[in-house]
Amino acid sequence: MEYEVIVVGGGHAGCEAALATSRLGHKTLLVTGNIKNIADMPCNPSIGGSAKGIVVREIDALGGEMGNNADKSHIQIKMLNSSKGPAVRALRAQADKITYPKNMQETLKNQENLEIKESLVEDLMTEEGRITGVILENNEKIKCNSVILTTGTYLKADILIGSTRHREGPHGERPSQHLSDALDRLGFKIIRLKTGTPQRIDKNSIDFTKTREERGDDTFHTFSYYNEPMYKIEDQVPCHLIYTTPETHRIIKENLNKSSMYGGLDDIKGVGPRYCPSIEDKIVRFSDKERHQLFLEPESLYYDDIYLQGFSTSMPHDIQEKMVHSLPGLENAKILKYAYAIEYDAIDAKDLKQTLETKIIENLYTAGQINGTSGYEEAACQGLIAGINAALKLENREPLILKRNEAYIGVLIDDLVTKGVRDPYRLLTSRAEYRLLLRHDNADLRLSEYGHKIGLINEEKYNKLQNKKQQIEELKELLKTNKITPTKETNEFLSSINSAQIKDGLSLYDLLRRPEVTMDTLKHFIEIPYNDLVKEQVEISIKYEGYITKANKEAEKMINLENKKIPEDIDYDKIHNLASEAKQKLKEVRPTSIGQAIRISGVNPADISIIMIYLKKEYNHEFK
Amino acid sequence: MNDTIAAISTTTGAGAISIIRISGPEAIQITNKIFKEKDLTKVQSHTIHYGHIEYKGKIEDEVLVTIMKSPKTFTTEDVVEINCHGSIIVTKKILEILLTLGCRLAEPGEFTKRAFLNGRIDLIEAEGVMDLINSKSESEKKLALNQIEGKVSNLIKDLRQKILEVLAQIEVKIDYPEYEDIEEITYRDLKQNIEEVETEIKRIIKESENGKIIKEGIKTAIVGRPNVGKSSLLNNLLQEEKAIVTDIAGTTRDIVEGTIIINGVKLDLIDTAGIRKTEDVVESIGVNKSLETINKADLVLLVLNNNEELTEYDKELLNKVKTKKHIIIINKIDLEKKLEEIKDQNIVEISALNNNGIEELKNKITEMYNLEEIESKDATYLTNARGISLLKQSEEVITEVKNGIQTQQPIDMIEIDLKRIWELLGEITGETYQEELINQLFSQFCLGK
Repeated sequence: MEYEVIVVGGGHAGCEAALATSRLGHKTLLVTGNIKNIADMPCNPSIGGSAKGIVVREIDALGGEMGNNADKSHIQIKMLNSSKGPAVRALRAQADKITYPKNMQETLKNQENLEIKESLVEDLMTEEGRITGVILENNEKIKCNSVILTTGTYLKADILIGSTRHREGPHGERPSQHLSDALDRLGFKIIRLKTGTPQRIDKNSIDFTKTREERGDDTFHTFSYYNEPMYKIEDQVPCHLIYTTPETHRIIKENLNKSSMYGGLDDIKGVGPRYCPSIEDKIVRFSDKERHQLFLEPESLYYDDIYLQGFSTSMPHDIQEKMVHSLPGLENAKILKYAYAIEYDAIDAKDLKQTLETKIIENLYTAGQINGTSGYEEAACQGLIAGINAALKLENREPLILKRNEAYIGVLIDDLVTKGVRDPYRLLTSRAEYRLLLRHDNADLRLSEYGHKIGLINEEKYNKLQNKKQQIEELKELLKTNKITPTKETNEFLSSINSAQIKDGLSLYDLLRRPEVTMDTLKHFIEIPYNDLVKEQVEISIKYEGYITKANKEAEKMINLENKKIPEDIDYDKIHNLASEAKQKLKEVRPTSIGQAIRISGVNPADISIIMIYLKKEYNHEFK
Repeated sequence: MNDTIAAISTTTGAGAISIIRISGPEAIQITNKIFKEKDLTKVQSHTIHYGHIEYKGKIEDEVLVTIMKSPKTFTTEDVVEINCHGSIIVTKKILEILLTLGCRLAEPGEFTKRAFLNGRIDLIEAEGVMDLINSKSESEKKLALNQIEGKVSNLIKDLRQKILEVLAQIEVKIDYPEYEDIEEITYRDLKQNIEEVETEIKRIIKESENGKIIKEGIKTAIVGRPNVGKSSLLNNLLQEEKAIVTDIAGTTRDIVEGTIIINGVKLDLIDTAGIRKTEDVVESIGVNKSLETINKADLVLLVLNNNEELTEYDKELLNKVKTKKHIIIINKIDLEKKLEEIKDQNIVEISALNNNGIEELKNKITEMYNLEEIESKDATYLTNARGISLLKQSEEVITEVKNGIQTQQPIDMIEIDLKRIWELLGEITGETYQEELINQLFSQFCLGK
């Protein structure tokens, strides 16, 4: 066997997958249509954002590369929601579209056990339901144990502009013509999805005086727990904010029938994402809104393209010109790239196990947009999990399946395989029922144990984590044992910070529960010889103890149900008493646990009871 | 399966005593919270204890409590059985209290299910248990749907929608913090919203508890002057139908409560004062009592004597029942007709003595209350213990939301509790899904790249 693992596609999912398997010692081949486009960012020039930023932290905690690469490659970074509670904070960076891929390519090239080949994969080789290799466009056959498909939007990709349709991928790349047919033949359900990207504008043609500047934070941040900041605060490049005008709305309304989505094309099957509608969609659906917000985001320090966030459209070029020129500051703007929509094939993620291995072909994994998701971060984390699980399976080890209370990654994969998608899936904090547990600040505490056990987090990093954990406990103990007494001095101090005076002794731990008291306040009473990260953890766990306890209790119930496993060979047709809708859904998803079964819409509590009794009867399952 | 479940295990109204069964790790502990006389956590297994159920300072009922500790019980878990003496209304009240204190209402067949899963029942019975769950849940589902038809369901849906909009407004600012057009919700707005929800929930709870419970059965009063044959009529109905009559314990014993099921329509007899006592007792209660009873009833059966002329008492009753759904029953048609002609749409002539006309009466009742009718479309209250306990749980979470606002916790934290209320209300109407919120997010706000 030449290779143990072949990764098809060099996007964000492919990079993580290939790095994971090769770092775990498995000989890996990455096949991509264009080596120069590895880790390319074909859409927005940013990494992170709400929920997504937390995913990047999780990737880092598990030993993935995206966080580290973003730290090396951004031109601006800020903490979102910093005025809100700790559960919703997340980092967002403007990544440099030249530097980011370059740094990632560098990492891949230097990676042991990893080779890169430029070609398109057009078919898969299988034997008795198991993958044996891939067939390239020139008919070359390469054998391997496992294949990870991370083909992004390249399966039968069509670019849509106005009333035209061209078969090509982003950046004019060649799409894969036959791979989705091959998947179809193997028994996968193929769905068609759609997404879009806005115009790129020449920086030199914009009058920035008519815009509002949006700067990065003036404190340092890193995605990776193990990196020191590699940038200067003052070197960060700003974004700019503008609004659409009545003229913009008039142009769009008058030309609506020219948009691909509104009659320009009548053969659109792809379902577009709800969370990023085109500008014409926004104007139609929210007709009472007088203006829409747009961001001008620099793509790179090395060229002049400005990404016009919020203006995605499938209007023809001449209308796009008019639309762009109606915007403040863009009256004379030069459009370097027109907006377009792209339609592509994806598989139904219900055909996947929670490990991201397909149920249909053994040792075949899929990750990223092929599974119906959208976004670099969503893709990267799936690539990492698919890579890890492919490696663990080669080593006959237990797979890594993250639970919904452990990681946003767990939420994402569980949603995908349990519910499938109808429109491209984006992670949102709203999707996480235990978001209070899935914070930006504790991703390392949640996941680095796994990373270490798998072999992607080295001893040095691991020791750092253990040390942090120990210090957190020490500090909590310190605050519990140190009490303040109702002396005149103490009460005067409390009054001075608008905090109620005390009558009895009070531990610093309890004092910190007060909303107006922070870890900084406690310095008045004792010295706190711990670093900010440790202090942050302790402060959050004390201040929000009530909420965290509640969340943990809820999570416990869920885990209990997750632990009730459903055997793989269960035959739902043999359970006569099951409602027929439930039966059909259960056969489609084939949940691995009672917990997962409950999350399938159309399966009601009575059905769950019946399954449990059936399992007890047929398998003598203990459900205590 | 580590939660504690409770349910009324006797058929509703099937006897003078109702039994509430509780099973699970907290069964004894929870019962102990409302048992007045002694500490049930300290008693021996398989013992019976006499005492009272007390909640929030109010004695609810005189009871016998059986304590059975794991594993020698039906479910093999800790099991408590509360024998209530009071009416079904009191029993339901106690169940509600148990649910509020942390029990979960047992699903159909759940005790049996637990018994089976814990190895207490033979394997051969498994299929039967599954069938039971299946059929019970079907009928209960229909029942539950009926129960939440109409206004109350809309009220709860409106509340959920209101909360949903607030949730979306909060979450959208979390997921799209850069959108300045969308306003951040303030503590004041949040407080106002939650207080409106609270007022409404409190009102529904109150109305539900006021005993204006129709769906459980049609509140039926049999009224009429002494000696017209009310008790004979009752006996007639009782003879042929499955009927249950219970005395409310400890009171003056002059009020009969009970249930008659006629062709599938359930009649709950109310305040049928002294109907089985000697007629002179009834007489002493008099016309005022009858008028009061008519006020409370959904259906009034006014009995008149064919053999006598109308009295002032009769006329007053006739006048009164016009405002109600009613049937005028002219009894004693076997005797000479002295009664003047009465103009009314719903008249049935019977002879209780000879058992004549009883069938017609029953058909009349069924006709008046075909199933659609019973759905009491304008009910603005919940009738099932489960629904009420969910409302009460919501009420408690509302308190937590208010505390959060009071102490200025981050709004995204408070929102977690708010979402819980939304889910609890959804359980009442049978709608819970995460996807709803995401849909709301994208339909309420304009977002995108």
